[in-house]
Amino acid sequence: MDDAPLSPEAEAAHPPARVIYRHRLATRLWHWVNAVAIFILLGSGLMIFNAHPHLYWGIYGANYDHAWLTLPQWPGWLTIPANYNLAIARRWHLLFALVFAFGLLLFMTASLINRHFQRDLRVRGAELKPRNLRHDLLEHIALRFHDPKDPRAFNIFQKLSYVLVIFLLIPLMILTGLTMSPAMNAAWPWLLDLFGGRQSARSIHFIVAAALTGFTVVHLALVIIAGSWNEVRSMITGRWTVPEDEA
Amino acid sequence: MSSIITRRGLLTGAVVGGAGLLAGCDKVANDPSLRKILFSGEKMNMGLQRALMNRDALAPEFRPDQMSPIFRTNGTRNPNTPDYNAMLADRFGDWRLQVGGLVTRPLSLSLAQIRTIPARTQITRHDCVEGWSAIGKWHGPMLGTILKAAGLRSDARYIVFTCADLFGGTNYYESIDLIDAFHPQTILAWAMNNAVLDVGHGAPLRLRVERQLGYKHAKYVMRIDAVASLAGIGKGKGGYWEDNVDYDWYAGI
Repeated sequence: MDDAPLSPEAEAAHPPARVIYRHRLATRLWHWVNAVAIFILLGSGLMIFNAHPHLYWGIYGANYDHAWLTLPQWPGWLTIPANYNLAIARRWHLLFALVFAFGLLLFMTASLINRHFQRDLRVRGAELKPRNLRHDLLEHIALRFHDPKDPRAFNIFQKLSYVLVIFLLIPLMILTGLTMSPAMNAAWPWLLDLFGGRQSARSIHFIVAAALTGFTVVHLALVIIAGSWNEVRSMITGRWTVPEDEA
Repeated sequence: MSSIITRRGLLTGAVVGGAGLLAGCDKVANDPSLRKILFSGEKMNMGLQRALMNRDALAPEFRPDQMSPIFRTNGTRNPNTPDYNAMLADRFGDWRLQVGGLVTRPLSLSLAQIRTIPARTQITRHDCVEGWSAIGKWHGPMLGTILKAAGLRSDARYIVFTCADLFGGTNYYESIDLIDAFHPQTILAWAMNNAVLDVGHGAPLRLRVERQLGYKHAKYVMRIDAVASLAGIGKGKGGYWEDNVDYDWYAGI
């Protein structure tokens, strides 16, 4: 990683100005579309969950079957809509599920073309060596998130969490969501084999939603710690100021 | 930089903003034109699913050992009207299924007649809109067989089911289009789990539309009508729940 050359424009932007172009348009657009979609999907998802707050493993599951998890009702201030309304919650959920799924598809296509994935998210073998992991972890704990020599690059923990979210968690949300659709079961029966049945898919859908919520909380916390204004602005304009203490 | 927006300010802003957004969502759902956008997801999902799916793509069928030990009842568990109770006491001897609307030969079929029509047996999963699933075995003639016997007129587009159970004084009703009506797994079940269909599950006859959610599977079916449009049925959205609480008419997801 150390010997990876900087791109010419990054190098040119470096020494004089401490502002670099960090986030491409596709990344910024997807980020904000997704922020709205995830917010709505979580709120409406919790309302839908309230209609039957039990989770099962396997191909079937209803009141007389063994539920591995039963939760109390989610409060109205967390759900969309705030009152109990399964029909309207489903309208929100199933419209924004389309935004979420096609948004990912478009972002992935754009990020292959603009080489965001290859340049910024590719995990190199050397980065996974214990020495580098320990180094980046210590830096992370010290709240130094950027390599002063290459401030644009993500550290290994950033890379791994973005790779996990983009290539595993969000696709899992979409596929387990589709697996709950009786029509999709007729169209793509392999979905049921992949997740071990509709009720397993529903359980996985819930667990991954919790994981994405956890990611979002950590993400927001780190944005605040790293300097909220600079980070938020960089996701709007693309331009990011290299923190002075790391320059 | 971070002095412009303090951490506490940002947190407060996020919480207030979040609550505002949640409340905003409820406002959107109540505004007629925004509601139209919100409800447009149904048509998009239906279009996508129909495009991805063969017209006759079958819902998964299961082995007997995969069936739910107990298949719970839901919705109306017993219509309990004087008419229904009389039919039940008579073991549906005088009950007739009326098939009418835009057909060339309206039918009036007794249960005994329906039981002589070649039947399909299928072990399928029933998915409630609430999220639970139960697997059961259903047995009865294909709806398509009966519709062919009645002879659909060329202007027929939807099949409407009128039921014996009452919701707020109105008979339950549901509708499907001709793609689902002529799907091989769309049957009028008179038996379930190797026994005559019981009251809790829709005796004497209930619809199975295996690629859609449970509320489409009308129980206690009394009448079947072919229609050109859903405009004249109930409040025009094609079903009791669709009309009264805005459930999607297309319940494939």
